[in-house]
Amino acid sequence: MLSFLIVTAATSMALARAPAQAPAQAGGPPPPNGEQLYKQNCIECHGPEGNEVPDVDLGRGRFRRATTDPELIGIVLRGIPNTAMPPNNFSEAQASAIVQYLRARASRAAASAGNAANGRALFTGKGTCTTCHRVNGSGARTGPDLSDVGRLRNSTDIERAMLEPDFAVLPSNRFVRIVTRDGATITGRMLNQDMFTVQLIDSKEQLRSLMRADLKEFAFLERSPMPSYRGKLSASEIADLVSYLVSLQGGGVQ
Amino acid sequence: MKRLVAGGLWLMVVAWLVGAPLQAQVTFDRLLHAAREPQNWLTYSGTYFSQRHSELVQITPENVKNLEPAWIYQLNSREPTSTRFEVTPVVADGIMYIVQPPNDIIALDAVTGRPFWTYAYNPSQQARPCCGRLNRGVAIHEDRLFMGTIDGHMIAIDAKTGALLWDTTVVRPEAGYAFASAPLVIKDKVIIGPAGGEYGIRGFLAAFDVATGKEAWRFNLVPGPGEPGFDTWQGDSWKTGGASIWLTGSYDPELNLTYWGVGNPGPDWNGDNREGDNLYSNSVVALDADTGKLKWHFQFSPHDEFDYDAVQIPVLADAQWQGKPRKLMYFANRNGYFYVLDRVTGQFLSGKPFVEVNWASGLDPNTGRPIRIAGRAPSAPPGTLIFPGNQGGTNWYSPSYSPRTGLFYIPTWANYSSLYVRDKVEYVEGRRFAGGGGRAPVPGIRTGQGGYSWAKPEEGYGAVRAIDPTTGALRWEYKMSDLTWAGVLTTASNVLFSGSGEGYFFALDARTGALLWKSQLGATIRSGPMSYAVNGKQHVAVTSGSGLFVFKLRE
Repeated sequence: MLSFLIVTAATSMALARAPAQAPAQAGGPPPPNGEQLYKQNCIECHGPEGNEVPDVDLGRGRFRRATTDPELIGIVLRGIPNTAMPPNNFSEAQASAIVQYLRARASRAAASAGNAANGRALFTGKGTCTTCHRVNGSGARTGPDLSDVGRLRNSTDIERAMLEPDFAVLPSNRFVRIVTRDGATITGRMLNQDMFTVQLIDSKEQLRSLMRADLKEFAFLERSPMPSYRGKLSASEIADLVSYLVSLQGGGVQ
Repeated sequence: MKRLVAGGLWLMVVAWLVGAPLQAQVTFDRLLHAAREPQNWLTYSGTYFSQRHSELVQITPENVKNLEPAWIYQLNSREPTSTRFEVTPVVADGIMYIVQPPNDIIALDAVTGRPFWTYAYNPSQQARPCCGRLNRGVAIHEDRLFMGTIDGHMIAIDAKTGALLWDTTVVRPEAGYAFASAPLVIKDKVIIGPAGGEYGIRGFLAAFDVATGKEAWRFNLVPGPGEPGFDTWQGDSWKTGGASIWLTGSYDPELNLTYWGVGNPGPDWNGDNREGDNLYSNSVVALDADTGKLKWHFQFSPHDEFDYDAVQIPVLADAQWQGKPRKLMYFANRNGYFYVLDRVTGQFLSGKPFVEVNWASGLDPNTGRPIRIAGRAPSAPPGTLIFPGNQGGTNWYSPSYSPRTGLFYIPTWANYSSLYVRDKVEYVEGRRFAGGGGRAPVPGIRTGQGGYSWAKPEEGYGAVRAIDPTTGALRWEYKMSDLTWAGVLTTASNVLFSGSGEGYFFALDARTGALLWKSQLGATIRSGPMSYAVNGKQHVAVTSGSGLFVFKLRE
């Protein structure tokens, strides 16, 4: 499941980086329209807002049984046995378009659900996010720079990352712990590696390149240094933070 | 200069003892005193004096034959066919920063060549740089890196993570403006000017606040109405006057003056509609680094019709002039003359041809103004034969000055000419605005990228020419068979590095020009070599084809 998520995240990152190059399918059928498909097929039970089935709020990324895109696509295609959710005769692309439509809605909803200004205050204040993260040149560099996180990840992913930091970590954001032959312990975020060398940014924000032959221990951290904010921040504070992070679209200080 | 040598050595020893260098902020103070930390290479030309001279001495004339590749970085660009890899790397505390065409900044481990991160920039489809989708390097200040892009943006990124900090839209790429050169940081400002001399741009130099990207000052290199020099342009010709910037300037902190070489007037080869001297095209300008105000200028080629951009590196030296110490500027110009100027006042001190010149009979001994020869101008086909030819006696590939030998080293196109043709020209935004061109008198003698040459020895050749700057006299010449696109690096141990069109990266004895070592890198050497040290080992780096090649001594 983790690998699925990583692939999804990587794919969405690639898409986000090249919005202008979304290929027009020359000659082929037009790409499926998720919004249209939703309105034609789902609205009767889920309602126009997607919140008419108990404990489910499709427009805000709240699901009972699924979290990842592949899981959601599976449910759209095959339904949920012994419930009112039927299987559907969609193509994979159509099912995916519906899921993407719901994701985009959720992101927009999250952006407007919380208060981004409050979120920004929480980010630098109570949440102490800048201890590890950096936005537009402020904060630490030990964790990933979040200046364009709103472009790379949707609100559902961002919220989950705050509640369950270990759920899905991009390979480029993994942490390692290294002990060198002369006894020095180095922890840091992995930037690159090859047969003979390892590159990372360490806890003192130094770019380090090490020879594997000089290392006594080398291990990826099982748990992310990122703490869970479940119980530490209220639901509305989380919503505020999500709104703030979704608003970060890169482009630098304007 | 003794002190610098000794000081440099001492600091190096300290750096070597402590092992892997700690990455500290590259403050303005460090940029000011870059020569004191020769293990780093902090600006395009090495130091503010732009001598492309390294105080490192581990590689010597005796052991240079033991150089071997430490690592090679091959371009991993979205534009894989690019061979215009003209970057001079910046190295700070063991981290190397390069720009991969068109505008990706990459942080590499200077020991292994392995990347830490890549900042990928997507230039606008409107970008239309004249001479390749390329970039010659970044500037560094504190923990920021700065780059001008081919679509006219200035950007700053975090030097540790590659995250974008600011992105300022400066000029319109659809009108032919582009940035190609490495910017120069002075105090809290980063300075650059646009290329586009073949597109009828109106050139300028501008400074941006390092923290915010806000424009702090701008100096128009083609004066507008009400500005001094406006009367050197006929009619509306100033609006499309060119005067581009495509190499990096120099800086004298004592005078607080920054010096920049300025490109050709537009249209290049047809001056009919721009009567006058066309200031500040083909000039060197000295600007106050805080305000951008012009202190002085010197125009090498007034009313140029030969595309003799004066963008070459203004090399600063504190040296003897006629028995007295003087603040000098050495300038090997594309127009074929080597100049010495007083960099306090801009006074012309001397100018001697370093190659064959037939477009002028000489320079006015008082003013340095060239004495043009009637009829030596572009004409209808087949054109007028002019020495030096269209690429000049030298061009963008950096020269070097060694305070050790006292010699000035010019990457030279010797005995080289073109048939200059004048053509009709009309300005259309975003289209070439050139009005003719220079053609080889013997078709096909240049090898370009291919690696084949059929030139006779007398038909124009590349050379490193070492001249005595006090007299302009040629001291020695290292002759190549092909033309050259490589800059020159000298070291305090009297080793000179340069390269050839057919791909030889070589070392000469800076005192005699004797060949000490060579390595065939497989494609034209297309940058100025640079040197750095990390973990006590001196390295030399240069680009060739689509690779950055880094050498060190065999262990």
